[in-house]
Amino acid sequence: MEYDGQVRTLLRALPLVWAALLALVMASLLARLFGAEPLAVYRLLLAGTWGNAYGIGQVLFKTTPLIFTGLSVAVAMRAGLFNVGGEGQILAGAVAMALCGAHLPAATPPWLAIPLALAAGAAAGAALGGLAGLCRWWAGAHEVIVTILLNFMTRAVVVGLGAWVFMKESVHTAPVQAGAMLPRLSGWVAALHGSAVNAALLLGLLAVVLYGVMLHSSHLGFALRAVGQNPEAAEASGLNLGRLRTLAMALAGALSGLGGANFVLGYKHYYEDGFSAGMGYLGIAVAVLGQGRPAGVLVAALLFGSLSQGGLAVNALVPREVIDVLTAVVILAVATASPEIRRLLAQLPAPLPPAPNPKVGP
Amino acid sequence: MSGGWLLGFGLSVLRLSVPYVTAALGGTVCERAGVINIALEGFLLVAALGTALGAAHGALAAVLCGLGAGLGLALLYGLLVVVFRGDQIVCGVAAFLLADGLSRVLLKAVYGSTSNSPRLPALAGYGPGLPVLAMVLLVLLVHVALYGSVLGLRLRAVGERPQAARALGVSVAAIRMYAVALSGLLTAVGGVYLVFEQRQFVALMSGGRGFLALAAMIFGGWRPIYAALAALLFAGAETLGIQLQASGLHIPNFLVQLLPYALTLVALLGRGALGRGQGRQGGIGSQAPAALGQPRE
Repeated sequence: MEYDGQVRTLLRALPLVWAALLALVMASLLARLFGAEPLAVYRLLLAGTWGNAYGIGQVLFKTTPLIFTGLSVAVAMRAGLFNVGGEGQILAGAVAMALCGAHLPAATPPWLAIPLALAAGAAAGAALGGLAGLCRWWAGAHEVIVTILLNFMTRAVVVGLGAWVFMKESVHTAPVQAGAMLPRLSGWVAALHGSAVNAALLLGLLAVVLYGVMLHSSHLGFALRAVGQNPEAAEASGLNLGRLRTLAMALAGALSGLGGANFVLGYKHYYEDGFSAGMGYLGIAVAVLGQGRPAGVLVAALLFGSLSQGGLAVNALVPREVIDVLTAVVILAVATASPEIRRLLAQLPAPLPPAPNPKVGP
Repeated sequence: MSGGWLLGFGLSVLRLSVPYVTAALGGTVCERAGVINIALEGFLLVAALGTALGAAHGALAAVLCGLGAGLGLALLYGLLVVVFRGDQIVCGVAAFLLADGLSRVLLKAVYGSTSNSPRLPALAGYGPGLPVLAMVLLVLLVHVALYGSVLGLRLRAVGERPQAARALGVSVAAIRMYAVALSGLLTAVGGVYLVFEQRQFVALMSGGRGFLALAAMIFGGWRPIYAALAALLFAGAETLGIQLQASGLHIPNFLVQLLPYALTLVALLGRGALGRGQGRQGGIGSQAPAALGQPRE
């Protein structure tokens, strides 16, 4: 019994080991391509990330948006949907936050300004995600193609409207009011001095907890998982598939939209073109690697946060775009290893039923 | 509107439509065998990169390297989804990400820039006439092969009723690998063409054409000729946008850029599903292959 459970846990962890191995091999190959010694690259990567307090702070800063986009893909995944739209959703959310924060009255207190700005970002993301959900519900258009199209369209609209309306003279929007700024963590932990990690990280951790509670102890979470695991059975038991899928996509969009807070409210205090490039796609890797579970998403976000920061640290030896290649390798490795593992798990003898409780029964 | 203008417009559409049409053909071949192909965008991108890298050794080497790169990524994609049965949508998106990341890394390694290659003089002096002609021939060829050859029949059987095909002694995995490889080659033609047209490689130069081609394939009901016509429609939107910009009318630039995507979205909403997890719907005539997206048996 005990032994059986351990085997199952080990087998479930196997795709992750496989992904890590493949990523290491790929990273070494690419390091060689640039004439760098792989071990030297790894040493530099480690020193620039977890080697000192500043590095750790920067890793946490890079991790924060990935928690949000990872949760975004995860919540859709648990409902049987694939949200490729994180890229556009975080963009829309960031612009909405920046504009809302900048146009608030100057004296707005933080307890009002921060929630308002966050709500604006979440609403913009949710609108995009929900739109994809509606397209699937009403017209049967698959969410993958629709979210990809919406990514391109959002980008064109933001760049176009920006040049025309809100970023006429500069490459960024007007700064948000002081009340809407999220404090940096270095104010509380002196060792993090200089790093950009801010209160958005705490919001991210809160989101992870709320996601876990929602998924496993709420009616909504149960309904979403039912739709994801067996749509026919869910529909037969009276759940409205279209509405739940749209809700899941809106929720996913809101989470991605909130991901912009880290940069817009916590770091630069304005929206700048291109800051979020790749974060939506990294969210896919985070959710796939974390297998859609709250703790898994958090750990995977930390891993990719470390890689993102590490990419900057090793930029002198290998270009940081290597990280994009590793992201794809990790997704491919996990996606192809998981079906094999599922097949192996199915072949294991079923665990014995628990011993009957002596207090119950005749 | 004079006839001359219309002729010019039509020629521009044909010129811009090559990557859309070849990618739509690639998607059709792949999905008729039952394999979803979100990776088309990635195939276009690596083919373009291969062309640029091969251009150092002349135009012929450029073409061969481009086709080879497209085929290579297609074989990798086929290995992952047909042999290892990975989720086709997840792997397709990841294959695109791999193509994007790899192209930037290789650009940096070869040209020292992660955004674009220098001008490639070896590709100068080739007009769009031959590729457009080849494109039209490819459409007809794929149509004939799909509906009039043994391989085409097997390919469609594998996409509709894999169990039945297997019972008749057809190897489902082998046919699907052929289909994915062919899809890579067909799509690569478009990628090669893009680089010949612009005479340089720019990061992400496929610009969503692979995704739009996938939508064109759906809009065309998974049939080569209709998919090609739908692709022409989207290329028409791009052409219209360019001509509107050049016409001097005061239309904001981004509205023009939105045009192909918006038209595609509207077409998709009119047409419906990608196939997976959807009820079978009517529409223009054809439907998604019955076994689309199911790994095997």
